[in-house]
Amino acid sequence: MDEIQSLIHGFGVAMSTKNLLLMFTGIVLGVIIGVLPGLGGANGVAILLPLTFGMAQQPGGATSAIILLSCIYWGALFGGAITSILFNIPGEPWSVATTFDGYPLAQQGRAGSALTAAFTSSFVGAFVAVVVITFLSPVVARFALEFGPPEFFAVYLLTFCAFVGTSKEPPFKTLAAMMLGFALAAVGTDPVTGTLRLTFGSTHLLTGFDFLVAVIGLFGIGEILLTLEEGLAFKGASARINLKVVLETWKELPRYWMTSIRSSAVGCFMGIVPGGATPASFMSYGVARRFSKNGDKFGTGQIEGVVAPETAAHAAGTAALLPMITLGVPGSPTAAVLLGGLMIWGLQPGPLLFIEQKDFVWGLIASMYLGNIAGLIVVLTCVPLFAAILRVPFSVIAPIIIVVCAIGAYTIHNAIFDVWMMVVFGVLGYLFKKLQYPLAPLVLAIVLGDNAEASFRQAMLGSQGDMSVFFSKPLVGSMTALALLLLFWPLIAYLRGRLRRR
Amino acid sequence: MTEGGEGRAAFRHRTAEIAVAGLFLALGALVVYDSVRLGMTWGADGPRPGYFPFYVGMIICVSAAINIVRAVLLRAEAEKTFVQVGQLKMVLTVLVPSVLYVALVGWIGIYVSSILFIGFFMRWLGKYAWWKVAVVSVATMVVFFLIFEVWFKVPLPKGFVEAWLRLN
Repeated sequence: MDEIQSLIHGFGVAMSTKNLLLMFTGIVLGVIIGVLPGLGGANGVAILLPLTFGMAQQPGGATSAIILLSCIYWGALFGGAITSILFNIPGEPWSVATTFDGYPLAQQGRAGSALTAAFTSSFVGAFVAVVVITFLSPVVARFALEFGPPEFFAVYLLTFCAFVGTSKEPPFKTLAAMMLGFALAAVGTDPVTGTLRLTFGSTHLLTGFDFLVAVIGLFGIGEILLTLEEGLAFKGASARINLKVVLETWKELPRYWMTSIRSSAVGCFMGIVPGGATPASFMSYGVARRFSKNGDKFGTGQIEGVVAPETAAHAAGTAALLPMITLGVPGSPTAAVLLGGLMIWGLQPGPLLFIEQKDFVWGLIASMYLGNIAGLIVVLTCVPLFAAILRVPFSVIAPIIIVVCAIGAYTIHNAIFDVWMMVVFGVLGYLFKKLQYPLAPLVLAIVLGDNAEASFRQAMLGSQGDMSVFFSKPLVGSMTALALLLLFWPLIAYLRGRLRRR
Repeated sequence: MTEGGEGRAAFRHRTAEIAVAGLFLALGALVVYDSVRLGMTWGADGPRPGYFPFYVGMIICVSAAINIVRAVLLRAEAEKTFVQVGQLKMVLTVLVPSVLYVALVGWIGIYVSSILFIGFFMRWLGKYAWWKVAVVSVATMVVFFLIFEVWFKVPLPKGFVEAWLRLN
């Protein structure tokens, strides 16, 4: 098996003292980021990305940099569960479903078992997803080597149409937010001809909008403003995890093996198809409630109700990296930020990565195994410490988070203009969240806009403007057809609903 | 809903929906306008630069128009409160100082303005004693200085105070 050999080689890369140290640093930072309101996986990684610019220039540095950043991501995924269970505040959108049963458990004094169940199932979900990545991504990459511009555009189309088809938000709001992202991506120099577009004479806009600034503003500042509305006080249950609770919970967990398998499958699927971790967690919670013997007791504090969403969220969050490394199409906003990092470090994401940057790819995959083990150890042992962070009053933590966001936005290009843009995006993020405009497709469109446009125009050039090129071969045709099906899915569902009511 | 005081609606849901959709419409129109200037047609060497943005702008406009119509038609939604007066006050107490803070960063650098910003919040919203305010705000920025400038060698904006302390 080629994959096993490559993986062992990857472990060799990831196991160096420096990389292991970065791994733990990343996890701890990530959990803190996941616990803090206003900082999450996407903007946390975005803020810390400039710190890796120097690191990535050393030999082997890009691997260290991606290990640091991806471990921040794993940490943030773990951290979201802490706030949901102890404080009933989902630190991340994908932990909303965890609050349904996690918080009642904490109120009953079983916070320790709820947390143990959450962390363990997160680990299981992530582990399954990493195994999937290990064996599936080389296949996908080999397959994708044959892709031409029409195929790549079909992949982009599929990504974006999936948002319209699977998101809970109104379809026209999803569409509007997504297209706004494309418009923002178009600002600056045209990727094909070099003409200036949509700059309206402003020198600040020559290089276009940086999506990192948008991510920091939309998710960071916007989230702070939303949190403020709810008031300043956090009231939470106290948590103490000792070995006895952990072992007792672990004894109970194998009972829910079916839920775990189902949730991992849902999560992996939703992560690869860019639905993302949030819908995966909700879907898996719903499925578990329907199939469980204690389904009617869900919401009153069932361990199974914590296992299902956490497994799925982690599986999806991890699986979102598969299309990112193999196709250069990220499945989630955080994966998009990591993709941005790759490009800044001078690596071209896509199928060639598996041939030209073996050390990097397999180092990253190996670090996913190690990072999640490290994560599980860190969160199980340090929960009280992380919970204490949330007891720091908001009047102290809020300005510090805003300062961190401002520093993050500034350091991307050393430009004050970006800090202003961050504030503008913050207000937009606040309004969009309140009015159910989804942020994920907007961010992904800013990241992928130029590439999607370039592949579309190249495909059009190749076919002399004939749109039927997107249906010319079975592969590209089926992808385009699936994309169109997803795009019109809300309409189909609506019509079906009307027909049935009659 | 209790009328009067902090719980009163500052904005209705429908107003907010229409305002944001209107913003989308304006932005979409702007995109279409510039795309037409660049040429949205098929040129001699393939699609011209405005081709792709033109359709993007058109979709924004159409979606925004539909969202406006939906907002106007949804009567039940219109009764909901978008943001209460008390909530809006809270949001503005953070937003307005943040805007001033960014202006200050451009003028006197990030260190002094961040100390003032954190201090302002702790004193005004948290009602902490002055010495606590001073310790937390200064210590935070010293830590950031060590992380960014010393450890990772990433320069942050500085002003005359740093120049006077010979830190840059």
